[in-house]
Amino acid sequence: MTSIVDSLFNYISFINIDMNILLLFAIVVPGLILFILMALNVMLSVYFERKVAAFMQDRLGPMEVGIFGFKGGKKFWGGIGQIFADTVKLLTKEDIMPANADKFLMTISPFIIVIGALLTFIGIPFSDGLIVSDFNIGILYIIAMSSVGVIGVILAGWSSNNKWSLYGAMRSAAQIISYEIPIGLTLLLIVIVCGSLQVSDIVSWQANHRWFIIHSPFTFIAFFIYFISVIAETNRTPFDIPEAESELVAGWMTEFSGFKWSIFFMSEYANMLIVSLVASFVFLGGWLSPFTIINVFPHNWLIFDGFYWGIFWLLSKAIFLVFVMMWFRWTFPRLRVDQLMYVCWKVFIPFSLANLFLVTIWELIF
Amino acid sequence: MFKVIDKSIINADEMVLNMGPQHPSTHGVLRLRIITDGEIVSKVEPVIGYLHRCFEKHCENLSYEQIVPFTDRCDYLASMHMSHSYSMAVEKLMDVELPERVEYIRVVVAELQRIASHLIAVGAFGLDVGAITPFTWTLRDRERILDLFEMLCGARLLYNYVWPGGVSHDLPPNFIQKTHEFLDYFLPQIDEYNQVLTTNKIFIERSADVGVLPLDVGINYGVSGPSLRASGTSFDLRKDEPYSVYDKFDFNIPVGEGLMGTVGDCWDRYYVRVLEMKESAKIVRQALDSIPSGDVHEALPKKIRPKKGEVYSRYESARGDVGFYIKSDGKNIPQRLKMRSPAYCNLSVLNEISSGWMISDVITVLGSLDIVLGEIDR
Repeated sequence: MTSIVDSLFNYISFINIDMNILLLFAIVVPGLILFILMALNVMLSVYFERKVAAFMQDRLGPMEVGIFGFKGGKKFWGGIGQIFADTVKLLTKEDIMPANADKFLMTISPFIIVIGALLTFIGIPFSDGLIVSDFNIGILYIIAMSSVGVIGVILAGWSSNNKWSLYGAMRSAAQIISYEIPIGLTLLLIVIVCGSLQVSDIVSWQANHRWFIIHSPFTFIAFFIYFISVIAETNRTPFDIPEAESELVAGWMTEFSGFKWSIFFMSEYANMLIVSLVASFVFLGGWLSPFTIINVFPHNWLIFDGFYWGIFWLLSKAIFLVFVMMWFRWTFPRLRVDQLMYVCWKVFIPFSLANLFLVTIWELIF
Repeated sequence: MFKVIDKSIINADEMVLNMGPQHPSTHGVLRLRIITDGEIVSKVEPVIGYLHRCFEKHCENLSYEQIVPFTDRCDYLASMHMSHSYSMAVEKLMDVELPERVEYIRVVVAELQRIASHLIAVGAFGLDVGAITPFTWTLRDRERILDLFEMLCGARLLYNYVWPGGVSHDLPPNFIQKTHEFLDYFLPQIDEYNQVLTTNKIFIERSADVGVLPLDVGINYGVSGPSLRASGTSFDLRKDEPYSVYDKFDFNIPVGEGLMGTVGDCWDRYYVRVLEMKESAKIVRQALDSIPSGDVHEALPKKIRPKKGEVYSRYESARGDVGFYIKSDGKNIPQRLKMRSPAYCNLSVLNEISSGWMISDVITVLGSLDIVLGEIDR
């Protein structure tokens, strides 16, 4: 069992049907699963973020709407029904479009963004073998697909016929394209060390050697460059300049409402999960248990490794990184657009280039 | 660090950008007509009047007592200061001698109000540069001051507490103890704001050296209050022309020192307010410790009918130098009332100090000036 598509083929290969229908089936089923996953992710993440924000700000957050026997209250799950209330509200809201907007582009732009996020999930693993398709250019594919969204952002900003949206879109385009470079360079460093672009190879290299974050000083630095750059790429504070609510109202999302806006939200939180999952399996050992680092336990069962534990560990690492992003958001002020570019072009790119050079020497010596 | 408009290098058309009146960070219904060249702002033109309520004309048809609630609504974040300054003008016009206790109570509530107003200013400035959490923290602490005011007079925002000739209610029995408790709680919180916001590297990058207001420009534009003091002068009416009983207390006037950048930058304007909260707390403690007993309604005139004449009185509010000019023709309504609004003069300097910076910096500068539209438009 190497990937979901492969195992699907295995399971249904006894039925003697046309190959094209089989292929369609193998495409539709994982696609639906991923879409449901994204929808679940945005619902839970929004609730999580609201609660995290509330507790940081000495508030309680949503605490009135309970559901399924969970009463509202001061506990962390006190307002869990808010998830469904929010969803219903967003989906039933009127979809307003400005009179002079480019209606066609405005309609398709949210879907371009969400498709970018959805396609990225194809290369993202959730455990050993729990990946839609484990192809040999996995990392390259993830980097490529995560930059599809910027097209949707520019279209959304342009088609809204609003100056704030345009500012947001231009800032976002500059920011996402700039921060692709340090992300690519840091991931390239990992590819150089382990010698493969394939997701499963990267994790099995870490199983055989060491997690990348503690492998060498350069991979350690690379993790932080990667993590800060992806915060910028997902437009989170302190780099949320494209949607800076105190300057640009809501940036490129200003004119969107209802369902389209919820699609934007969905892709934003999906992107957060994606970059956290990538950070987890590239730098933090993926589905490997943290106890494998110490390697002092005599028995294998104490390590909590395996397929199901793999899901738990990978998601725990990713959710922790998502939490760190939320923590940043509710702690830091926002950078200015020139300072953001300064950080990228004058700090991260030279550092990651030097990192790339030094890690090759390190690998030659050790 | 960054201030470039070199038209010879970049030759692009300019775009007019309307910021407001509905905008998250124009602090009310201010409209800014910004002429931008890309992200860089070449001119900012504040368009005001969206909250104009004909305050001054209205006052010409109201008796002196009835004007007090209207003054409250001018600067709605520092209502006590407004009614205090108006009452001072009327008292000066009528030559009323106030009991000591009234003056002490007025100083206590004015300084508590200054803390409350500066808390909003500090928090909202954080919000303007993107830090949301400090704002909720400052609002949480302001809430306690509002609770004290509620105890005092029943209202939380627009008090109608300071009247010409006295105050509406005497201090409630445990007000002094509750205020001490609040100050004990509040002073450590200032250090917490400093940790999360003031000394944050990103915050310093955003606000230090940005929107520098040179002292001479500030004086020429009539800027006053913390915004002017941040530029390096200690002009404060509480010290320079002591009114009420301010000359009996020991306090300092915080002055901008350019700790993180240039003297008079946004960071200084922010930090002067943080320091002023500490000084206000000091004044409140001293006033509460030495408050005399007496009747607060003793000097309250039955009917306010001043002699013919005119008067101008100045007052140091949370935003600066509030002036009330009242001309009386012997009737029970003023013939003319003019209010000098500090925030109006402070706003006028916006174009001077924010052109050449970026759109984000216009917001930062506007936040650091701490304007209240109710007072600007009147």
